[in-house]
Amino acid sequence: MSLRPPQYSLLGNNQHATSLVLTGDWVQGQNPENFGAFQGELARAHPGSLTADGAQLGTWDSVLMAFLLQCHDYCQTQGIIFEIRNMPEGVDKLLAVATAVEPHDPPAEKSAFWLSVLSPVKVLHTVWEDIQGSLGFIGEVSIALARLFRGKANTRFTDFLKFCFQAGPDAFAIISLTSVLVGMILGYLGAVQLSQFGAEIYVADLVVIGMLREMGVLMTAVVMAGRTGAAYAAQLGTMQTNEEIDAITTMGISPVEFLVVPRMLALIMIMPLLTIYADLLGIVGGGIVAGGMGISPVQYITQAQAALTFTDIFVGLLKALVFAVLIAVAGCRAGINSGRSSAAVGQAATNAVVTAIVYLIVADAAVNIVFQQLSI
Amino acid sequence: MTEPNEQPAHIEVRDLTMAYGSDVIQHDLNFNINNGDIFVIMGGSGCGKSTLLKHMLGLIKPSRGDILYNGTSFFQASDSEQGLMRQGWGISYQSGGLFSAMTLGENITLPLELYTRYTTAEITDIVAYKLALVGLGGYQSYYPSQISGGMQKRAALARAIALDPKILFFDEPSAGLDPISSRLLDELIMQIKESMGATVVIVTHELASIFAIANNSVYLDNNSHTMIAYGNPADLRDNSEQPIVRQFLTRSAAADTKETP
Repeated sequence: MSLRPPQYSLLGNNQHATSLVLTGDWVQGQNPENFGAFQGELARAHPGSLTADGAQLGTWDSVLMAFLLQCHDYCQTQGIIFEIRNMPEGVDKLLAVATAVEPHDPPAEKSAFWLSVLSPVKVLHTVWEDIQGSLGFIGEVSIALARLFRGKANTRFTDFLKFCFQAGPDAFAIISLTSVLVGMILGYLGAVQLSQFGAEIYVADLVVIGMLREMGVLMTAVVMAGRTGAAYAAQLGTMQTNEEIDAITTMGISPVEFLVVPRMLALIMIMPLLTIYADLLGIVGGGIVAGGMGISPVQYITQAQAALTFTDIFVGLLKALVFAVLIAVAGCRAGINSGRSSAAVGQAATNAVVTAIVYLIVADAAVNIVFQQLSI
Repeated sequence: MTEPNEQPAHIEVRDLTMAYGSDVIQHDLNFNINNGDIFVIMGGSGCGKSTLLKHMLGLIKPSRGDILYNGTSFFQASDSEQGLMRQGWGISYQSGGLFSAMTLGENITLPLELYTRYTTAEITDIVAYKLALVGLGGYQSYYPSQISGGMQKRAALARAIALDPKILFFDEPSAGLDPISSRLLDELIMQIKESMGATVVIVTHELASIFAIANNSVYLDNNSHTMIAYGNPADLRDNSEQPIVRQFLTRSAAADTKETP
């Protein structure tokens, strides 16, 4: 069966009535001429009425229907009476259904120049709004925590335990790997410089102080931001999509108390423990490098013990607490403010990680400056 | 037009047993769906209606038995044959199944781009036409989250008919819609079905829909885990030997509601 090319012709130069004769097979692959071309012809003729005649029409599919629908819509805007004649039965019915409802005219959207996202005013505005939002969120969480300590909050202990388990033991493997490697990196860094002075033994001091004060807690926090913070955002975002958060709110339960507080407390509980674990493994990693440079394990341990001070441990643990709060705030806030679509949940998870890492680095710098000034 | 009776049934379900592990949902289902039928799968909640639909769609493999489309087994067909069969299907899922990260226009454009030889300009026109068919003309640039539930159902229908399918599957099309919208959706399904000449398979327990549109049906029983009635729903309501089926179709609580003639 060979297909005839789809064609149309305008017949009758009568100003009042013109007929549009459709011939050939209007099916996919035949590429009938676009409506735009026909629209020009029609505009020049501008008849009072247009009748589409399908007597010589072959086979047809949605292409024909799309063409007829456009004819109909165009005629309607131009005040031309549009009719169809001798069409297959299906075409009649489908056109009737398709034209039963007036097309919707969507409100015009402001189209912004894409580079405008880089405008400094806009960026500052976004940052300022983000800071305001985070501070507001921290406020809400503080109120919820105050209610918790007075025993009034709707926070479930089982949730807290579950999140502790997710955040803690499940993260052991990845934390072990990163901390040993970071310890080794610190070891190598120091070894190269210190060996120039014959002071290889001080690698132990560098690793201990570096891990305790800075790297142990920072690396743990980055891993937790990617692992736990993103998970929180995705969980809460999905709950938002499923209207679970609406259900919680209408049950008279504060979503912050019910969802955010257990997650944040779990992180506050787990982060210091993971940090101590990471510090220990980092020191072991540094020891491996030191061993490779001819420092005996006993020497390394003795030197490390001498370098270890409670101040450093305290600084690390304090940072762990601050970071835990920041990761939980970034993750939970992104999740609770998430939109209600799969794309929005993905965006929420991305936001959670990016915000958390920015917060971490800014907070780390701030804490270091404060301690420097206080000579701690 | 070919007579429906002259060719093998459009869809044949043969000795189908569906089970999750050792948990048998339904066993020994046997029924035919003819060309041009509007076929309803009905039954109480949890009897396996949606599971049966998922088997028919090839999303779940049957533990025993087979499903034939135009005489060809779906599950014994190769991947590419299955793909070809699926191109003839239009499916509207229970919660719409619209891709939430895409606009309505993009949702309908996707299957057209993947499976047809239409040009880009034609696709734009066809998308406008399909949306107009379901009364959503002009909504191309809206995201599913920006429109109401009823509109999402209709948009899902527009995507289901994008490829001018031979078979349309609906999972609870009118669930969650008000009576008027749900009637309009029924009418829309009827009109589109009649003008495109498709076979329609619907999972539903909306009695009004069942009597308004269906000409054939199967009732899945929750207790015996098999089908206990098969035929025109109006006939079943008046003449079924199974009290539970009459009860279901007349929406009554009593065990036996057969009216005295």
